[in-house]
Amino acid sequence: MAKQIAIRMEIKIEEHLPMDKIVDKSLKKIPTIEVNDAKVWYGDFMAIKGIDMTIKRNTVTAFIGPSGCGKSTFLRLFNRMNDYVDGFKMEGKIKVNDRNIYKDKVHVEELRKEIGMVFQKPNPFPKSIFENVAYGLKIQGITDKKLIADRVEKALKQADLWEEVKDNLKKSALALSGGQQQRLCIARTLAVEPSIILMDEPTSALDPISTSKIEELIFELKEKYTIVIVTHNMQQASRISDYTAFFYLGELIEYDKTKKIFTNPEKQQTENYITGRFG
Amino acid sequence: MANATYQREVINQAGFDMLNLCISQLKKAKEAFVNHDSDLAEEVMNIENRVNALDLKIEKDCEKFIALYNPVAIDLRFVMAIRKINYDLERIADHAYGISKYVVDVDRKIPDNLISAVDFEKMFDTILAMFDNISDAFENKNAKSARKVFKKDKILDEINVQSFFVIEKEIKNDNSTIAEALLLFSVVKKLERVGDHIKNVAEEIIFYIDAEVLKHSRKK
Repeated sequence: MAKQIAIRMEIKIEEHLPMDKIVDKSLKKIPTIEVNDAKVWYGDFMAIKGIDMTIKRNTVTAFIGPSGCGKSTFLRLFNRMNDYVDGFKMEGKIKVNDRNIYKDKVHVEELRKEIGMVFQKPNPFPKSIFENVAYGLKIQGITDKKLIADRVEKALKQADLWEEVKDNLKKSALALSGGQQQRLCIARTLAVEPSIILMDEPTSALDPISTSKIEELIFELKEKYTIVIVTHNMQQASRISDYTAFFYLGELIEYDKTKKIFTNPEKQQTENYITGRFG
Repeated sequence: MANATYQREVINQAGFDMLNLCISQLKKAKEAFVNHDSDLAEEVMNIENRVNALDLKIEKDCEKFIALYNPVAIDLRFVMAIRKINYDLERIADHAYGISKYVVDVDRKIPDNLISAVDFEKMFDTILAMFDNISDAFENKNAKSARKVFKKDKILDEINVQSFFVIEKEIKNDNSTIAEALLLFSVVKKLERVGDHIKNVAEEIIFYIDAEVLKHSRKK
């Protein structure tokens, strides 16, 4: 319990990092995410056992591995989503856009503007389509209606949803199909202009056509964003990602270019997993 | 995945059957040619249908495996390799058919002195040794065995080059055997091509086992 309190103390909001920091040209050559010896415990259970990883800017990186291997826990480290999980304790260093995000003086809400997240199940707010996308902007304190409308349109276009909803922006988001809801959630993420998008099995609840749309979207988005995606679908990982990381029992077994992982992986464990021989 | 493993084993077994069938066809074709045994030659020509049927079966099984099981890594390399291996083996069987057709169509026995002059037996023994290498490589996933093929193929190339001069000399010495000499020259050429196909098979086995691409490479 004492450890938990200590972690929570670190999350105190003390510093506000301006948004323009993330579009600083000098950052372009710096990896988006750098992880050094990350270790995570939930109580006594060690979920992540010392992982180093560098994620390059404007790439799609897929995390694969059997259930319980730690890939989602690891993904959620990047936007500090694990902080409030009971018994969570973390060691190591994670730098996002050259900033150690587990040091104190990090404004978690600001961090999550830099790092958007899309979840397995589409989770639109019970509001209109427009309000869903505008929500993040309003939370930021933006009141200029024209600016908000422009950003909503831009985000919906980026998420390839604009043509389908432009005449019904006041309609409830809950009336959209599952695939449309997921693209709406992506638009909601894009509206606040993050530099990184985390996706935790974003298509596992979708039909093949909606899945294909999201995959095409991911491909287009990587020009401007760095995307990290957790997926159980091997073909999806091989289709959309530039790099693939294979996790097993809290360890990073292999991390390489996707082409290498899916044609000639270095480790036998990786080969056994991707060819369906275990897991 | 158990089903995928089973399907892969089915393709593997069919590939091995194809290899053994091609070896058998080539051995019979050689015996028919050397001994001018037209019955044996006709047997080879009849069995060609089985080779073609097996070729189509392997093609179909590979397509099914790719379409239904989305193979990756060693499974992907396996299915890609087996398709090419199948093509080369079918070509080898075509050469066996071609040699047999000579025996049936041309009613001439090749004189023994001509056969020994071009090192025909050495050429064929080398081919059999190459087959042994790829059989071992294929059956035991042993890339080392496959690599032994490349050196042996050079022996075939050398015999092929020399055969031109040997046959030229033989024709000059005795022009009554021109037809037999040209026939033999043609068969030597076919065996040299068989060597090239075995080399291709070896390259594919190495690609499948070690993920190393040797095609058009001098590092052999």
